[in-house]
Order: sequence, then C-alpha cells, then structure tokens
Amino acid sequence: MIEVTNLTKKYGRTTAVDGVSFTVQKGEILGFLGPNGAGKTTTMRILTCYLPPTDGTAKVAGYDVFEAPLEVKRRVGYIPETPPLYIDMDVQTYLDFAAKIKGVPGKSRKARIDDAVEKCRVGDVRKTLIGKLSKGYRQRVGLAQAIIHNPDVLILDEPTAGLDPKQIIETRELIKSLGGEHTIVLSTHILPEVSMTCGRVVIINRGKVVAEDTPDNLMHRLRGAAALRVEAKGDPEQLERALARVPGVAKVSVHGGSTGTQLFDVEASDGRDVRAELARSVVQGGFELLGLSQVGMSLEEIFLHLTTTDAAAAAHEAAPAPEPSAAPEGQVML
Amino acid sequence: MTALRNIGAILEKEWRHYFGSPIAYVALCMWTLLFGFFYNFAVEFFLRQSMMMSQQMEFGGGPKLSMNEYLIRPVMQNMAVVALFILPMLTMRLYAEEKRTGTIELLATSPITDWQIVLGKFLGALALYVLMIVVGLINVALLWYFASSPPEWKPVVTGALALLLVGASFISLGLFLSTLTRNQIVAGILGFGFALMFWIFSWFDQPTATATLKVLAYLGITNHMENLAKGVIELKDVVFYVSFIAFGLFLAQQSVESQRWRA
Repeated sequence: MIEVTNLTKKYGRTTAVDGVSFTVQKGEILGFLGPNGAGKTTTMRILTCYLPPTDGTAKVAGYDVFEAPLEVKRRVGYIPETPPLYIDMDVQTYLDFAAKIKGVPGKSRKARIDDAVEKCRVGDVRKTLIGKLSKGYRQRVGLAQAIIHNPDVLILDEPTAGLDPKQIIETRELIKSLGGEHTIVLSTHILPEVSMTCGRVVIINRGKVVAEDTPDNLMHRLRGAAALRVEAKGDPEQLERALARVPGVAKVSVHGGSTGTQLFDVEASDGRDVRAELARSVVQGGFELLGLSQVGMSLEEIFLHLTTTDAAAAAHEAAPAPEPSAAPEGQVML
Repeated sequence: MTALRNIGAILEKEWRHYFGSPIAYVALCMWTLLFGFFYNFAVEFFLRQSMMMSQQMEFGGGPKLSMNEYLIRPVMQNMAVVALFILPMLTMRLYAEEKRTGTIELLATSPITDWQIVLGKFLGALALYVLMIVVGLINVALLWYFASSPPEWKPVVTGALALLLVGASFISLGLFLSTLTRNQIVAGILGFGFALMFWIFSWFDQPTATATLKVLAYLGITNHMENLAKGVIELKDVVFYVSFIAFGLFLAQQSVESQRWRA
C-alpha cells in the first residue's frame, strides 16, 4: 500500500530524511519510532504530499506522491502533530467542510460524517465549538477528519501527544480498531505505544532507518539482555553454584550485592522460563529468596540502544549485551 | 465541477469565519457608519451648493447641480479610502492564520489545488466586500425616494463597479501578502502599506512628470477609478483592474507553491 524508496529530504544544508526505504502492506499498522528531530514528521509530510521529496520516491496505493499528488491525497487521511482544527467552527461544520474538500460526494456526505462521528465517539460534542473542546476531544475530531473520506491509508503524527493517560488508552484503542480497514502509519516517541498498537516498527534516527521489524522480533534480536535478576541472602559462591545447576540456565553472573544480599543475573537458554525452578533451588538450598524479576529489554531500551550507538552497526548486531546497569531493576519486559 | 465545488467549500468556510466571529459585523458596522457619515456630509454640501445656485438663478444664471456628480461621486471616492483601510484587515488573516494554527496542513493535504484555495479565499473576502457595498448603496437608493428629480442610475452602477474593482484589487494584493508570513499583523501592515503605495502612485500623474513617474502613475489605483466614477466604462480601466487582481492571485498561488519547495 505504501512504498518508500530511498527517500531523501534536505532543508538547505541539513538532511532531515536520508535514504529511507520501507513498505507497508495493506491493513497493517506500522509504528514510526524515533527521537524528536529524527525525520518522522518530514517523512509523513512527504507521504501526504505536503512537502516534495528532494530525492527518492514514495508511492501510496500505487500513485507517486510527486507525480499524482491529487490521487494520493484522495486516498490518504492525515493528522499532523497538532490537529488542524478551525477553533471557531463547531464539530459538525468542521467535518462537513473537511468532507467537502476531501471530495466526498454530496449524496454520501451525511453518512460519512455520521460514520466518522460514531467511530471517533464525538457524537456528544457535535454542536460544540471546537475551541471549547478538551485536548482529547480535539484529537478525536482530528481523527474523524482524517477518516472522513474513508481513505485507504491513515497517517497519524504523534496521535497521543499531550493527552492524559485515559485519553491515550482511548486513542490507542481507536487506532487499533481502525487498523485492518485502513493501512496505518503512526509516529511516536512513546515506546509502549508501538508495542501495543503496531504490527511492525520502523525505528528512525537522524533521518535513517535504524531497524525495522515486529516489536516482538526486535526484542528477541536483543535478547542477550533478557535475563532474570535474582536477589537472595546467603553465601555468594554457593548461591551461584545452586543457580547454575538449575536446568535450562545458560549463564549466571554476579551483579553485585550489599551486606548479606546478593544480586545475580541469570540467563536462560533459548527463552525458557526457569523462574519456578530457580525459586525452588534457591529455597531448597537453604538460602533466602528476596526477589526474582525479569530484566528484559523493553522497547524503550532497544530504542535507546539503537539510537545512541552507531546506527549501522546496531542494525546488524544481533545480540549486543548492554551494560547490565543500563537495564533498570525490576523492569518487566513488555 | 469538482473545482467549483472545492472553491465553493473554501469560500463558504471563509464566509463562515467572517460571520462566526465579530469580524464581519464590526467591518460592516464601521463601513456603514462611515458611509452614512460621508453621505450626510455630501448631502449637506450638495444642498448648500444647490441653494447658492438657485439664488444665482434669480439673476438668470446657474445650472442645476447634478446629484451624480456632486453627491454620489464624492461619497464613492471617500468610501474607496475607507476600503483602503478596512480591506487589508480583512485579508491579512487569510493565509497567515492558517499557517499559524497549522490548518494549512489540512488544506495542503486535501485533494484540492492551490488555485482553488486561492480563488476560494479571494471570493470569500470579496463576497463580504460586495455585501458592504450593497448595504452602503441603501443610502444612495434613498435619493430615488426623496429627491424631486432622481439621479441617473447608470453612473451609480459604474461608481459602485469602480468601488468594487478598487476593493477587489486591494483584496487580491492583501491575499498575496498574507501568504508571505504566518504573522497576521505583518500581513496587515504589508497589505495596508502596499495598497497605500499604489494609491499614492496616482498622484504622480502630472503634466511635468518624468517617464518613470508616468509609468508609476499608470499603476496608480485611483487613476483608473475616475472615468468609472463619472459613468464612463473604459476598457483600459477595466483591463487594468482585472489584470491587477489576476496578477495578485497569481503571485499568491506562486508564493504558496514555492513555499512548499523551500520549506
């Protein structure tokens, strides 16, 4: 549905997007992840024909954004970072205007507006001026605008930015419910969002694609860090041996500890869940088990890892074991 | 067909914006107030002059004063000055505001061309201005009701046309200048400044003027109003205004497009 090949955008001397390529299949939800200034918005603006690319091509539904912008625009719904709302219009009028300029024919306009209103749950504010709406509602009105012409592709630039947690959850559910019917590209720098809503992630940094995979696979690829942290009381050496004896444990390393309590990082071979056995062996060995937690690499860390180390190397490194201290204690893997 | 519908949608949106906010009401109010003010002055002046003339009549001289010439024409010319002040304020927001609030992204990513947006915006502002002129003409219409011998209607129509064309030129100019900035005040100052400049060019039209000044004088916006105000529709005047308007719209469209490339 979306085909981006070697896309480059330069603003004067600075290169905002540098040879980005990716594809999005029909019905897929693609997460576009990157720190601020990575080139997410620029890429999205090119996809929506708001900006022309400096080099490379982008095709939406088979139409080139440069050669057939009107065809692309007919098939794309877009919310920029700040929803483009006219604050002196009421929601109904705004959606009516949006429907008109998006080319929804007069006959089906009412039905399309009703549909968008219902999907985005803005029915109770239909007659309210947009200027008087809360941020959450404004975001939803923006989304209603984006789906008003039933586009094949939805491009959402940070759709949950600035919302409160409840609104964020609602918006994510809304986006998920729109997937399947629409092909969605969504950008964010909030990581859990990606693992919750997206089927695939493209991580972008300084204008370049750093990694592209499913959220699960990305975590697998950096599994080296996926480990259990055991906190126990007892003789360090005996403890270490007891832990190493547990079937399925590949590696035990001392993480540190204070007087009396010891911390170990235990890595299991091929992703086996050895928590129960570990607990048993510690207790049966006569030690006191104080804590047992998973120190997986959250997407957040993968993201930090990928975007702070050398971009090219990170994309190919299968299992770079990061500094153990980099993983926050007790972090439950996403 | 779709082009017309798109232009219509933008026009309606601008119109709604003017009337959904105090802008249209304040503009109409001030315009009508000033129209009435100048009209009142003109009527009093006209009556005084007529009185003097009729006194001279006793001595066998003094023609009957033309209402078109001594009453309606000065009012129309004064209102062109009012338009010079008010219209840049109506046009300054057209693009600047969309840029500031980010709604320009909605327009730019919709299947609608820059030309359609520019034309829709121009016609939206023009429609409000037409309404202002029509409301103002009610004053003039009273003459048919009260005057013993009513004025000629044709020069009134051409006078209104002159007012319309001058105003449309200001709107077109202001629209273009509004595309240059995201700051409404800047757009407003530019709009007023340039409109005033084209106004002043008319003053260069003097017998002693050099060639350069003559060219500038030709660009003067009020020079081309005089014939129309007298009731003479000259092709070169109409062509001047129409090209002025078209050029402004062309610049606006070019400016919007080039900003996309430079962005």
